[in-house]
Amino acid sequence: MDFMHQLVQQLINGVSLGSIYALIALGYTMIYGIIKLINFAHGDVYMVGAYIGFAAVTFGNISIFPALLISMALTACLGMLVEKIAYKPLRHAPRISLLITAIGVSFFLEYTSMYFVTPTPRTFPEVMPNISFNVGGFIINGQQLLILSITIVLMAILTYIVQKTKLGKAMRAASFDTETAQLMGVDSDKVISMTFCIGSALAAAAGVLVGVYYNTIDPLMGIMPGLKAFVAAVLGGIGILPGAVVGGIVLGVVEALVAGFLSSTFRDAAAFAILILVLLIKPSGLFGKNTNEKV
Amino acid sequence: MFFSKKKFRLASMIACGILASALFTGCGGGDSAGGGGGEKAAGDEIVIGANFELTGNHAQYGANANNGLKLAIKEVNDAGGVNGKKIKIVEADAKSEAAESVNAATKLISDDKVVALIGPAVTANVIAESQVATDNMVPIIAPAATNPDVTVENGEVKPFVFRSCFIDPQQSEVMAQFAAKDLNAKTAVLYLDSSSDYSKSLGKIFKEKFEAEGGQVLMEEAFLAKDQDFKAALTKLQTANADVIFVPAYYEEVGKIVKQARELGITSAILGTDGWDDSKVVDIAGKDALNNTYFCTHYFEGDEEVQGFINAYKAEYKNDPNVFAALGYDAGKMLVNAIERDGTDSEKIRANIESIKDLQVGTGKITMDAATHNPIKGIVVIETKDGTRELRAKIAPEG
Repeated sequence: MDFMHQLVQQLINGVSLGSIYALIALGYTMIYGIIKLINFAHGDVYMVGAYIGFAAVTFGNISIFPALLISMALTACLGMLVEKIAYKPLRHAPRISLLITAIGVSFFLEYTSMYFVTPTPRTFPEVMPNISFNVGGFIINGQQLLILSITIVLMAILTYIVQKTKLGKAMRAASFDTETAQLMGVDSDKVISMTFCIGSALAAAAGVLVGVYYNTIDPLMGIMPGLKAFVAAVLGGIGILPGAVVGGIVLGVVEALVAGFLSSTFRDAAAFAILILVLLIKPSGLFGKNTNEKV
Repeated sequence: MFFSKKKFRLASMIACGILASALFTGCGGGDSAGGGGGEKAAGDEIVIGANFELTGNHAQYGANANNGLKLAIKEVNDAGGVNGKKIKIVEADAKSEAAESVNAATKLISDDKVVALIGPAVTANVIAESQVATDNMVPIIAPAATNPDVTVENGEVKPFVFRSCFIDPQQSEVMAQFAAKDLNAKTAVLYLDSSSDYSKSLGKIFKEKFEAEGGQVLMEEAFLAKDQDFKAALTKLQTANADVIFVPAYYEEVGKIVKQARELGITSAILGTDGWDDSKVVDIAGKDALNNTYFCTHYFEGDEEVQGFINAYKAEYKNDPNVFAALGYDAGKMLVNAIERDGTDSEKIRANIESIKDLQVGTGKITMDAATHNPIKGIVVIETKDGTRELRAKIAPEG
């Protein structure tokens, strides 16, 4: 295999890995965009979503798409519940308290799940045909194409919701200034609740799809993808939906190229070096505008 | 509003409390003593400690080994116990961390007054624990820690540390010879888990042995435990076009590696070690992907002499045992045998484990090598064909 061939194959590998980061990063960035909370529990909500999907498919004997919807609905409820119990009481607390609580929620979900589902990884039954296409010697996986297209469709739907609907307008208002929005008749509590509902449903969708693609799920599966998705969201400009997708794909491609042409040992180091570089050079991310911080 | 302000504050404080406790479980000491239930040890029961990774990254290995141990002890107790006394297992959680393994061992020894320890499953955690056990003169049997350094330090055997499995150099040697002789491989690439000492040491020894057989190791790549996507490194390994790929790692990653390698069109033989030994590999990788893969392990499930253990395990836990369960079971049987012969004095237990000879345990007959504290037992090489395992070679114990 010559160099060019390897390069193209690595780009394909990178985009497909990146589309998974992008899918998780969408929910991350959405929640951050509205309430400025880095929801470190997002990766674990993703894990819970994967388990609900798994349970629906294996014990409920239903096919993958209804299972995906069930998982999204239930996980959305979980997201709203977490917001009510853990984040809402801290709405006026310093932001660091929220961040620490989010880490707490993350551990809580991980180890509660571990207690109930045991640490043994589960394998999804074959619910989707896994076809690989060989295009001129390059291998493209069918499920990965599906994940990529779902990511782009979800991004489009979300952008529409946020930019064009009344709920979206309320979200943007609440994001700009929660209290003033409330004075203008926006029910901020409801808006934030809806944000968590949508964000968690997205995480669930990602969890189920990734579970099906990689074929295994376990209670700690959300940690690393959660962190990588966070990097992706920051890279694209946290709070900006298309930024999350582009950030995810860029991150995936960088990882694949580093693993393929330097050394696979540096792969994660490269991912987090990107985070540090972005924070140093352009903290608002690729798509972010440099705005003056409001006081 | 559902709550009054006061109630709400209370609710939020409770929630914070729960979260904080969840957050800090990772840092706590060896847990409180749980009421000091072990004091009656000298009476009508013998207390042994099970120090396994019940939570954290290695929980799946620790929990299985723990199940195997519990089954062994249950069988003994159901048959009337040892010399008329029942055996009680006190469990402690090594939390998949070396420091926690030490804490758990200390707690078991000083609070629960255990006469011996079984576990943990993973090499690093056993090595950490072995100092505490040696200082307190409490024997340990590590079920699945295959690193040579577990029982030996600076060339001298640790008097109180034993294991119930073979050691890594044997595995790498068997697989290197298998690759060179049975598969006629001239070239190999290594794909190692750089977060695991197990994988790294196996890779190193495989390289030595394979080169000694006249083969060539062309490339070496690494991944981390819990990785999901291996395609980038596999694409790179593919460029070497080697006869075999050696992946000494644990089954969860192995399943995904084999699946993704075959998706990328890599058809070479993929070789592994006992970390592969779990039926889940087939579920994860898929039947077709696993053709032309070989790994060595502790027993072959089709063997006559292991049927007793497998059936007992299935009856107890309603699923198939994996290798950790089998080795946990063996460790339990070895300990019981030692206690049976001369009581619970720790020095006597130590001497009696050391002198185990031709003891029938779950995976076959074992004899303890007093010089190294490694059991002398056979290794099997297993080939997976269309999802079922076939015995490819059986290497008899040396010496």
